[in-house]
Amino acid sequence: MMKSLVFVETAEGKVKKTSLEAVAYAHGLGGAVTVIALGTADAQALADVGKYGASKVLHASDAALNEPMVQLYTSVIEQAMRAEGTEVLVLANSSLGSPVAAKIAVRFNASLAANVVELPRPGAACIVKRSIYTGKAFANVELKNAIKVITLRKNAAEAHEVGNPVAVTPFAPSLANVDANVKITAVEKATGDILLPEAEIVVSGGRGMKGPEHWGLIEDLAKTLGAATGCSKPVSDMHWRPHHEHVGQTGVKVAPQLYLAVGISGAIQHLAGVNSSKCIVVINKDPEAPFFKAADYGIVGDAFDVLPKLNEAFRAAK
Amino acid sequence: MKILVCISHVPDTTSKISFVDNGTRLDSNGVQFIIGPYDDYALARAVELKESNGASVTVLNVGLSDTEPTIRKALAIGADDAIRVHAEPADSFFVATQIAAHAAGYDLILMGRESIDYNSGVVHAMVGELLGLPSFSPVMSLELSDGVVKMAREIEGGKESLEASLPLVAGCQEPIAEWKIPNMRGIMSARTKPLKVVDPVAVEARVRLDGYELPPPKGAVKMIAADNVGELVQRLKTEAKVI
Ligand SMILES: Cc1cc2nc3c(=O)[nH]c(=O)nc-3n(C[C@H](O)[C@H](O)[C@H](O)COP(=O)(O)OP(=O)(O)OC[C@H]3O[C@@H](n4cnc5c(N)ncnc54)[C@H](O)[C@@H]3O)c2cc1C
Ligand SMILES: Nc1ncnc2c1ncn2[C@@H]1O[C@H](COP(=O)(O)O)[C@@H](O)[C@H]1O
Repeated sequence: MMKSLVFVETAEGKVKKTSLEAVAYAHGLGGAVTVIALGTADAQALADVGKYGASKVLHASDAALNEPMVQLYTSVIEQAMRAEGTEVLVLANSSLGSPVAAKIAVRFNASLAANVVELPRPGAACIVKRSIYTGKAFANVELKNAIKVITLRKNAAEAHEVGNPVAVTPFAPSLANVDANVKITAVEKATGDILLPEAEIVVSGGRGMKGPEHWGLIEDLAKTLGAATGCSKPVSDMHWRPHHEHVGQTGVKVAPQLYLAVGISGAIQHLAGVNSSKCIVVINKDPEAPFFKAADYGIVGDAFDVLPKLNEAFRAAK
Repeated sequence: MKILVCISHVPDTTSKISFVDNGTRLDSNGVQFIIGPYDDYALARAVELKESNGASVTVLNVGLSDTEPTIRKALAIGADDAIRVHAEPADSFFVATQIAAHAAGYDLILMGRESIDYNSGVVHAMVGELLGLPSFSPVMSLELSDGVVKMAREIEGGKESLEASLPLVAGCQEPIAEWKIPNMRGIMSARTKPLKVVDPVAVEARVRLDGYELPPPKGAVKMIAADNVGELVQRLKTEAKVI
């Protein structure tokens, strides 16, 4: 029974889905689960984390923590771990969670596993399965040291409601000026309300869409489905779509319930970004397109013909 | 200015991955090994900075002698010298400790955002922590102006602009630089550039490999006629249960 601490990330005050998955994962470990959130956040949203298995929620609400500064965040989480006697730190693998995990592992002489996909295998040793070779394989690794740090790949656990909201306990760490030499000068957030990395449904277009002027077809379908839009690398290289929409090994790794790929050939580097999707649908005019081999459902047809019909059918089924 | 570029030696992205010895070792038969693609961006940016600002570029790899052709390729691309820490890269902490042991005196320590074999994306932050230096990843652009380093970092659904001072550690990704292809002169000169082999510092790995496995094979794709898209909608609802 390991005492765990989960670092949850918030966006616009709300707890991110990937962080709720981390809470669910920690709950699955069987020991007491404490959660920590940093910076301004919605009190009810934090209390509700109790529903997913947390027995205690710490909130360090100092406005100095509103900017995600890695050193400062690491120091606060370190203080929380010492105060709580944490044995395992669990967090979502993200641009913030990953460096925090690495630094905590160094400070606590901890064993670290990144991109973990399942709960530890039953038994005395803590052996977890992690994704390697860009989704092409798994490694089972034993976390040997007393303190353990686990970062999760998306969909490693499902956030189910298992309990009730809990009281939020204020946490007042000492806030040293540890990021003195670092300044965040600007943050550009992608427009649109559904963020690609967190989306449940993604509609993605490739070079087969022929040009940016045809993206309305992709966007219309995405709108009907409440989906985020993605693309292949050449599409963002040619500036048909912004860089942060490109999916694959060198781009975003998505893990939605449904990934709809239109006019994308299915190169291995693209597949590397989508292979944790639950269900893949491929629309391509070439029956030999490699993507069909990685798909659950396929339609051989012209995107310009199939997309409007598909949009109509999804709309009718609502 | 002194730049250290840490490179991993990994199977080419298109390699078919399989394991031998009861799932404890990669089957390297027919696998072509390359500089990690993200590490290649780091190297390309280092060589650009050398050309524009003047710098020396050292590459470092933690690996056994089979990584030397990969290190020579980095020298051919434009690094000046190389260090190989003679050890199996046991885990991220082991690698980070070896890198940190050689990083003194470097202004910029560049790596890839992640190695494409273990994909942990943590070695740079560990090295930063061990050395007491700030670390950033994944860095999409890196410019030097009057001792200030201006960077852009990819964050979930967006981009963060940062300023920091040297020395620092950065994990790189595109479009930080264009990959460089070695030319004939580079290849010739790489043969005689210094490649120093050093013993590892003693440190115990914190993670033990129990074994590798492959994902279960994917079931066959179900094809649906283009003039019957309603069937797809139905199946996504009732069979796959994803909408
Ligand atoms: C190191 C490295 C990293 C890379 N990283 C990535 C990455 O992260 N993400 C990524 O996507 N790529 C990446 N690539 C590029 C990748 O190898 C492919 O080149 C790329 O994915 C191909 O994009 P595409 O499928 O859109 O285009 P294409 O390969 O040109 O395929 C277009 C497809 O559209 C179909 N088509 C054409 N017209 C129609 C129509 N009217 N209706 C329906 N279908 C149509 C064609 O049959 C074809 O299958 C990387 C490459 C390298 C070397
Ligand atoms: N064996 C190694 N030798 C040198 N550098 C490495 C090695 N392994 C990883 N790195 C560097 O650390 C970065 C992050 O690796 P990782 O944390 O394994 O994803 C890589 O992109 C490399 O730049």
